[in-house]
Amino acid sequence: MKKLTIKRTTRTDFITYLGVIVAFLIMMFLRDQGVLNRSLTGQLVPICCYISMAISLNLTVGILGELSLGHAGFMSVGAFSGIITAMSLQSTIPYTPLRLAVAMVVGAIFAAIAGIIVGVPVLRLRGDYLAIVTLAFGEIIKDLINCLLVGYDSNGLHMALNLTGSKSITDLNLQPDGIAIIKGAQGATGTTTIASFTAGFVLVMITLVIVLNLVRSRTGRAVMAIRDNRIAAESVGINVTKYKLIAFVTSAALAGAAGALYGLNFSSLQATKFNFNTSILVLVFVVLGGLGNIWGSVIAATVLTILPEALRGFDDYRMLIYAIVLILVMLATNNSQAKALLGRIIPKRKGAETNG
Amino acid sequence: MEFLSYLISGISLGSVYAIIALGYTMVYGIAKMLNFAHGDVIMVGGYISFCAMNYLGLPSIVAVLLAMAVCTVLGVVIEGLAYKPLRSAPSLAVLITAIGVSYFLQNAAQLIWSAAPKVYSPVVAGSLSLLNGQLTIPYVSLLTVVVCLVIMAGLTLFTSQSKLGKAMRACSEDKNAAQLMGINVNATISTTFAIGSALAAIAGVLLCSFNGTLMPTTGSMPGIKAFTAAVFGGIGSIPGAFLGGLLLGIIESMAKAYISTNLANTIGFAVLIVVLLVRPAGLLGKYVPEKV
Repeated sequence: MKKLTIKRTTRTDFITYLGVIVAFLIMMFLRDQGVLNRSLTGQLVPICCYISMAISLNLTVGILGELSLGHAGFMSVGAFSGIITAMSLQSTIPYTPLRLAVAMVVGAIFAAIAGIIVGVPVLRLRGDYLAIVTLAFGEIIKDLINCLLVGYDSNGLHMALNLTGSKSITDLNLQPDGIAIIKGAQGATGTTTIASFTAGFVLVMITLVIVLNLVRSRTGRAVMAIRDNRIAAESVGINVTKYKLIAFVTSAALAGAAGALYGLNFSSLQATKFNFNTSILVLVFVVLGGLGNIWGSVIAATVLTILPEALRGFDDYRMLIYAIVLILVMLATNNSQAKALLGRIIPKRKGAETNG
Repeated sequence: MEFLSYLISGISLGSVYAIIALGYTMVYGIAKMLNFAHGDVIMVGGYISFCAMNYLGLPSIVAVLLAMAVCTVLGVVIEGLAYKPLRSAPSLAVLITAIGVSYFLQNAAQLIWSAAPKVYSPVVAGSLSLLNGQLTIPYVSLLTVVVCLVIMAGLTLFTSQSKLGKAMRACSEDKNAAQLMGINVNATISTTFAIGSALAAIAGVLLCSFNGTLMPTTGSMPGIKAFTAAVFGGIGSIPGAFLGGLLLGIIESMAKAYISTNLANTIGFAVLIVVLLVRPAGLLGKYVPEKV
């Protein structure tokens, strides 16, 4: 009898999809039963956004092998362009889920454009230099949005840059029916929150499908070849710049969509939310989950978003404990002695991959 | 006259960046790691000197020495506990650990000294008045520039002449070869961290004197900027860090004065990006071609 064989990677992918679907159903059920407390319910959409962010950053850091410290910058671009879109289209598209979808697509497009602008010149740099430029990009985006004034009225969108700190929202000369969407350093306030957990789930699924299919495709193999040995990849005719850019821009676009959902989950959002620390937070998810390991990112993002909430009982010591846990986990998973010790306790899985 | 005073303030801020960048660059050169906790060691240095001056009533020079001693010990302890076990680990793991240390220091400082900003009176009071009072230069600015120059000269001499300095350079070039020549690589790296942290303490005192305030997050942004400065000048190069820090300080000060207060950081970072695109190894960095 012919045995049904599925490739190991395909099996892992399907388990990942299944895991996310099951987790979503369980959470929905628990939420409807009222088992979840208020703080956890409020975390559901951000968790989905962070999962999506972690998966997309894993594409850059794990699959492409380039360290990016400005992923929150793309999230920021997506968040604010998404908010502007959703607020401006309030009367045009009254159906909320459609408006949310449009906002997320617009967020993804703007983040992708930002990705191209950053990527084309910068992907020529290597290693730590790329890291510092992406970091600089994140800070630039934060500062620019901090100066941005946007309003919408019957004449359309009004925008201004508050460069010297002298302008305010009244300088946009909005019509009486106009609404102020982004108010400089105050950020976006009074946003209609239209994000939902279901949308978050859909976002995570779409991100998974895109990234997993990209990784398993010819393009993905080219990207990984570049990661493993750029010169060898170039010599077999792989267009390094093109494939690097594909991976980088895809990652940026997904971060933009996640940002749009995140932005529409809060009625008030400042640009400083997406600072260097947020980029680092997402990087921590990726590294702890395992570089190049997609479901590892999903789990790490979920656990590490809930962890500070779960540690709330420790009050002031909570971030201190978080930091200690982070250091200990890194030491335990990367020190050769600690690894040997762990290996003796837990027998190694058959064919287990070593995650960098 | 206005221009001159902005220039002087830029040079003084740039000197602070340069001192921080020197610490960054030394650690990067030898350990090949981005030590994100460096900025927080600066903050600890600031708090130690603050406490020594305000609570213990010590003279400022003693306070600075005390801060240097505490930070040196702190740097060596951090290196020994968090970084040494990861010598052979991938660089990203070390990076995340450094970030963990940074969170730890920030939150510990918040618990000990509370998040509220403290008013930091400059270590040297008063200012120099020139041209019939049209131009005033705080003594702290002068002190910062002098200290920065002394440190730069000292470090250059140290790395080029002393036995330990030569060992550092050997380690940064090739750790295995250095070990074969009888250099204790681990001890050399620890010494580098000790020197870097002592510099961070000095930078902390000068930075807080310049800003006039002190918070648990005081160190993080200057840390990032100094790192930028180090990359700007060519990471791993001591004159590069000095030049990068100075240029970044001047650009920031000028941008704040003449273009936009809100976009001063942006302009600094934008210049960095342009410089890196033109000279991918920084202003004074050496470009090392990859070998197949």
